[in-house]
Amino acid sequence: MIQKLMEHLRHNNHHESDDSHPRMQGILPEFVETAHSRIFILNLFFIALFGLMVLRVADLTIIKYKPTQFCASLETGEEESEKATLQTKRGEIVDRNGIVLATSLFTASLYADPSEIIDPKESAKQLVSLLPELGLAEIEAKLSVENKRFVWLQRHLTPRQHHDINALGIPGLHFEKTEKRVYLHGPLASHVLGFSDTDSNGIAGVEHSFNDYLRTNSKPLQLSLDIRIQHILREEILQTIDKHKAIGGMGTVMDVQTGEIVAMVSLPDFDPNQANLAKDVERFNANTAGVYELGSGLKLLTAAMALDSGKVTFASGYDASHPITVGRQQIHDYRGQKRYLTLPEIIVHSSNIGAAKMAMDVGAVKQREYLARFGLFKPTRIELPEVSRPLFPSTQNWKDVNTMTIAFGHGMAVSPVQMLSAISTLVNGGILYRPTLVKKQSSEEIFGERVISEKTSLQSCKLMRSVVLEGTGRKAAVPGYLVAGKSGTAEKIKNGRYSKTANLASFIGAFPIHAPRYVVFVMIDEPKGTKETAGYATGGWIGSPLAGRVIKRIAPILGIQPVDENDPSILKRTLVNYTGSKLNGVHLAAVKTR
Amino acid sequence: MVKSFSRNDTSLLARWWWTVDRLSLATILFIIVFGSILIFAASPAVAERIGLDSYHFVIRQFIFLIPSLFIMIFVSFFSPRQIQYAALLLFAVTFIGLILTLVIGVEIKGAKRWIGLGMLSLQPSEFAKPAFAILSAWLIANRLENPHFPGKIYSFGLFILIMALLLAQPDIGMAVVMTSIWFTQFFIAGLPFIWIAIIICFGVLGIGSAYFLFPHAASRIDKFLDPSNIGYQIEKSLEAFMRGGIFGRGPGEGRVKEYLPDAHADFVFAVAGEEFGLIACLIIIGLFTFVLYRGLKRLMHESNMFIVLAASGLLVQFALQAIINMASTLHLIPTKGMTLPFMSYGGSSLLALALNIGMLLALTRRRGDSGDSFINKTLNQIKTPTRAKSAASLHHD
Repeated sequence: MIQKLMEHLRHNNHHESDDSHPRMQGILPEFVETAHSRIFILNLFFIALFGLMVLRVADLTIIKYKPTQFCASLETGEEESEKATLQTKRGEIVDRNGIVLATSLFTASLYADPSEIIDPKESAKQLVSLLPELGLAEIEAKLSVENKRFVWLQRHLTPRQHHDINALGIPGLHFEKTEKRVYLHGPLASHVLGFSDTDSNGIAGVEHSFNDYLRTNSKPLQLSLDIRIQHILREEILQTIDKHKAIGGMGTVMDVQTGEIVAMVSLPDFDPNQANLAKDVERFNANTAGVYELGSGLKLLTAAMALDSGKVTFASGYDASHPITVGRQQIHDYRGQKRYLTLPEIIVHSSNIGAAKMAMDVGAVKQREYLARFGLFKPTRIELPEVSRPLFPSTQNWKDVNTMTIAFGHGMAVSPVQMLSAISTLVNGGILYRPTLVKKQSSEEIFGERVISEKTSLQSCKLMRSVVLEGTGRKAAVPGYLVAGKSGTAEKIKNGRYSKTANLASFIGAFPIHAPRYVVFVMIDEPKGTKETAGYATGGWIGSPLAGRVIKRIAPILGIQPVDENDPSILKRTLVNYTGSKLNGVHLAAVKTR
Repeated sequence: MVKSFSRNDTSLLARWWWTVDRLSLATILFIIVFGSILIFAASPAVAERIGLDSYHFVIRQFIFLIPSLFIMIFVSFFSPRQIQYAALLLFAVTFIGLILTLVIGVEIKGAKRWIGLGMLSLQPSEFAKPAFAILSAWLIANRLENPHFPGKIYSFGLFILIMALLLAQPDIGMAVVMTSIWFTQFFIAGLPFIWIAIIICFGVLGIGSAYFLFPHAASRIDKFLDPSNIGYQIEKSLEAFMRGGIFGRGPGEGRVKEYLPDAHADFVFAVAGEEFGLIACLIIIGLFTFVLYRGLKRLMHESNMFIVLAASGLLVQFALQAIINMASTLHLIPTKGMTLPFMSYGGSSLLALALNIGMLLALTRRRGDSGDSFINKTLNQIKTPTRAKSAASLHHD
């Protein structure tokens, strides 16, 4: 076959060469003419391509000529590496005032090529004398490995260690440039920042949520956090945990007009610089990943939905003299008044019976609708990966008893941040904003959803204020800063039952209530009563004073000006108006005279 | 030496001297000299950085350069017929080599292209290019002379075969060059413009599918399209040109070679730009352009279609390789592992290019008629002196 082909080819060539000198005869086959014209085109095409190269070289060497700038960076190897690294370095994270929270440093990491090591024993000894944290036997074993040309000895050396090891002059020890993420404030904002792995990939917190941004952007990521507020919040919660031998605590401060989180603390926490040492419980961000039956705070939402749907007014009231019996369960008040209570009284005295009856008037359908609008049925949309879904009964399982218990904060578990967002709508005029950890630019338009009317919001402010003036929130009061809010005490479920001794003591509130700017949530996990709290471990005794201390310290930093609380215009805005009330309770008269 | 050859001298060497394209040969030699200077400039820094002897690459390059020069000159003595047989043999060897790379090849940077032969490693695809150019030209030329001969179809089969082997490695850059050679030959053979349009469409599709099928190619294209991340090598390469300016920093004054691991190979053009400036770049581009221009111009007076097709295929391979290398260095296209002919370090590349240029010089030698080998002709001259005279007289035009 091939032979045939070859013969064929040979024959053809001979045939052609026999017709030799076509040029002399002036007769060329048509295809040869075509070929010549096509070659001409080809020639032009390639010359154009080469011309393009000429233009590009000229562009680079003449127009973009940069001898000095480049010269400086190339001449000194150090600067050059600095320049190259700046582009590859992971972006910084800063707080709302530009304080650096997380940055990346270039460090030298030590590795060995065991095949180049002459004396593993002596080398290991010298090395361990400089890096005492390394085990002599382990290093010697690593240096003696055969058939291996790379073994890590120590990551992220300090410049001094780097220099000293270099000075040992041991052949076979090498350094690789590595990137180390440094969290300058240690554990202070650990749960918000999260941390990243050895390859600089964020695996928790905003390090994870904004991983792509941080990897590609040289501009720092500016968070909404204020590290000063963060510090105060953490310090106060830590002290309370200590004092009450609690197992943990959490707190969040949020701007009610923007949804920006100014501080977020969850304790116990960890040092993100050594995240690998952190226990699971320490890595847990209770503010977003924890869901809790938050107790009395929910009563504020119940009152708001009752007012907003027009079912009740401040003059309305319910008989709270007898416990409610639903099936096998009984709803009763904690240190109840055992009498008819007006709506403000229900909130001030934190009446479970009153809240339950109010919710029944609103009805399960409307209750669910409002709870959904408050954002309690969906996980919060904050920029953190550690977010849990709220727990609540499904629509078909939502019985009357659920309507009643949820009205005072039991039978539904939400995360503290969800709750904070919901409460902020009660004080900011009725708008739900997405909670965010990223600083809003002043030019940025912020979109929110209306949840309740402005009027209901104003009424809710008054209710919250009355709790601080008269009810379980008294210890949260800070003169001049008009704190308003609600304490909460939820019994933790232990072994499937509500425990009488394990509490979640919380306070959720806002300040200054005449022109609300911030909402604050604090909660202490399983505090123990002390002499100071008369043995109580409730929200009113532990959550409220903690919130008060926090607000007292952070309000001036946040730029809130103290006001005269007895200024008539402020009183008018913040006090519950009793005229027309059927009952003129003695305790409410006291409010007026304050 | 020139004087010692009279035009009437009929010795083998003298005939070669008077018929070979001396200007092209001189240009190629000039490129080689320039390349040697650049190897001296660029490679010691690279060698020292990776802990080799300073002149490691220089010595290795010269070890290859001398046999390469010999092969180039030797091959240029061949007759077109001998070139055809040589190409057939070369093709058979590279074909086996390409299959072997898939089996026992050394994988470097995600592609299997080299086979180790003791202390040196060879890249068979480099040798496949000139062999393919010749064989394809042979088949197509015969189809033109004899419409009954299905040369174009055979050529297509050959093309598909070689492409399959290249894409299996994968070596996209080489596949592009191979496709360009083949396309050029069909273009010259009078491919209708409608077909040209269709093939260009397929080419675009081919590049598109390479992007989706080969992660190795996709990452290079992605990197090219991402302006924020042009890559360390390219960034340094561009900075080298910017630093060089019109006159360059001066011999030995370049720094880019200390930063680029491939400064002596794929990025030798950047070293030239930095040390010798725009002027050197223009000279290099000029030399390559001249080889192409002169080669193609001479083909416009050639009526033997085999020679026209084969020589243009070789020229296109040579020029395209230079263009792809320069364009990569200048960040006009994504980086392709392609050498700058006779200037980049690389043994396989050097040997293959020597073969390429040797064949080109052989084919473009002035002949009285086509097809006959020199040796045969010399023998003929002895037998029939009259015919030799008339053939010789032709050379005076």
